[in-house]
Amino acid sequence: MLGLDKKDMTTLLVVAALVLLAPFILNPFPANSAMAQFNAGYPDLMQRFVIFGIFAIGFNILFGLTGYLSFGHAAFLGVGSYSAVWMFKLLSMNVIPAILLSVIVAGLFALVIGFISLRRTGIYFSILTLAFAQMSFNLAYSVLTPITNGETGLQLTLEDPRILGQTATESGGIPVTNLFGIEMRGSETLYFGDWSFQFSAGYYLCAIIMLISFYISVRIFRSPFGLMLRAIKSNKTRMNYTGLNTKPYALAAFVISGMYAGLAGGLLASMDPLAGAERMQWTASGEVVLMTILGGAGTLIGPVLGAGFIKYFENIFSKINESVLHSWFSFLPESVENGAVWVAEHFVGGGWSLTLGLLFMLVVTFLPGGLVEGGQRIIKLFRRRKADDGAEQRAAKSHPAE
Amino acid sequence: MGILEVKNVNKRFGGLKALSEVNLSVAENSVHAIIGPNGAGKSTLLNVLVGKLIPDTGSVMFDGQSVLGRTPYEINQMGISRVFQTPEIFGDLTVMENMMIPCFARRDGSFELNALTGVSKQVDIREKAEQMLIDMNMIDKRHMHSASMSRGDKRRLEIGMCLAQEPRLLLLDEPTAGMARADTNNTIDLLKQIKAERDITIAIIEHDMHVVFSLAERITVLAQGTPLVEDVPAKIKGHPKVREAYLGESAAA
Repeated sequence: MLGLDKKDMTTLLVVAALVLLAPFILNPFPANSAMAQFNAGYPDLMQRFVIFGIFAIGFNILFGLTGYLSFGHAAFLGVGSYSAVWMFKLLSMNVIPAILLSVIVAGLFALVIGFISLRRTGIYFSILTLAFAQMSFNLAYSVLTPITNGETGLQLTLEDPRILGQTATESGGIPVTNLFGIEMRGSETLYFGDWSFQFSAGYYLCAIIMLISFYISVRIFRSPFGLMLRAIKSNKTRMNYTGLNTKPYALAAFVISGMYAGLAGGLLASMDPLAGAERMQWTASGEVVLMTILGGAGTLIGPVLGAGFIKYFENIFSKINESVLHSWFSFLPESVENGAVWVAEHFVGGGWSLTLGLLFMLVVTFLPGGLVEGGQRIIKLFRRRKADDGAEQRAAKSHPAE
Repeated sequence: MGILEVKNVNKRFGGLKALSEVNLSVAENSVHAIIGPNGAGKSTLLNVLVGKLIPDTGSVMFDGQSVLGRTPYEINQMGISRVFQTPEIFGDLTVMENMMIPCFARRDGSFELNALTGVSKQVDIREKAEQMLIDMNMIDKRHMHSASMSRGDKRRLEIGMCLAQEPRLLLLDEPTAGMARADTNNTIDLLKQIKAERDITIAIIEHDMHVVFSLAERITVLAQGTPLVEDVPAKIKGHPKVREAYLGESAAA
């Protein structure tokens, strides 16, 4: 179906189910329980999951398939956000033209940067992309202030023309982003006993776009083009001596992944119409590398898992503070409690990145294929157990008790 | 006029004259061997032919067109395929995927953005690759990870991949280097079979005299960057100059 084989179709359906049912899956704890802080099913965070999922899916097309490690992909994310906000300022608050422009502009930007950076391979390529991203960051931060509004970031104002929309609402406020009238920030809450589930229009728009992006990436992985990209990663010399020009292949992959990043940037701005230079900083570029490797580079579902994992940690672990820790460890004698809290507080709150760092180290050391490899090992373990059980049963049957 | 014409080629690396006044003519549909002791300039000459090195002076014509200044992939698309000393294959891919890539290169040229149709839907490519694997006698290994094969099988796959491009000239750089005797003999048989079944010119650079004398129709002996003699194998064997430069040395060793 849809031009996919059975296995890929299953993967797509699993991802679709996870994404569309996310408001339920991510809110497993009743709203007033102590565990409610681990609920991630609120619109803002769910939007981040899928938007950064798109970012990582695109990054994986470049890094996972061709092996070219770009350290500057946040530049395309930032460019996408700026383009979208400009569309909101000048044209209308509808998200469709904004998202289209952000994809196109990021694609053109990637074409230029990729054309220059792909003259080198390996570490030199990575450094070139990093240099371009930092240049973009500095341009956005100071030099191009008229376009980017410098360190304040680009925001909507009441003076924006919005030629196809309205400059201000009737009540005198700045209009909100919408999809043909459906407000992106609008959401419905469903109460179910002690549980509450939020359904946001913005989240579902992002989710559907993410599923389309994922589908396209599966098609690319299985296409002759995807095969060529994997061949580039495997052996460039043989590619050249097989009459294939590796440069346009790598450049096409670079531009496609840049467009994915631009799409993610455009969606970020569509959910919350502002764009700042920090979105282009090298830490943001590093984050997508971490997401892809943590989830499993070169696998279909890995980047999505990695993005979800990191965003969950960033938003949930960072909210745990000292008083929360005290309440967890209150069953201990006071001196031990204080000691335990003192140790634990370094790993939560502002120190969440320490936990992430440790987890990243563990994953890379013991599961070089990322979370996907972890999942595969667990499935294998279960299958083997089943097979063993089956074998035992058969053995028991063939040797009946005497 | 041969299919490959090398005229007055010179190549210097600093003070070292790697090739001086090399003239070579490879006749169409022949098997031509280039032999010579270590440092004779065999590899340099090969690298000139495939576009990896550009000579200081001279010309290299393939089928009436100059190859100089063209990149390796352009020269390959002209019809010259190269087999490397250490097999260069796509180690991360399966044997079948390895074989499909040259089929795509032959059909679609050096670049084709074919991103949304499945590889599994490319029936012509699959059939051709399967046929090629049958010809190479490795169809049973089609799902194998190519890096996990023996060296002899990797060599066989690499030769098959080159043939899948239907080249007019197949260049082999010491194809049996580092191989066990049995693998060497298999490779010789494979090359003989290829020659018998196809219209193809083979140029082979080789150290192993057994391989050279079992295959070659003409032999050029290189020594110190210059062709010493060119003749049929029977005459090369007894040639005093060659004995002095090459065979004497290897007989002593």
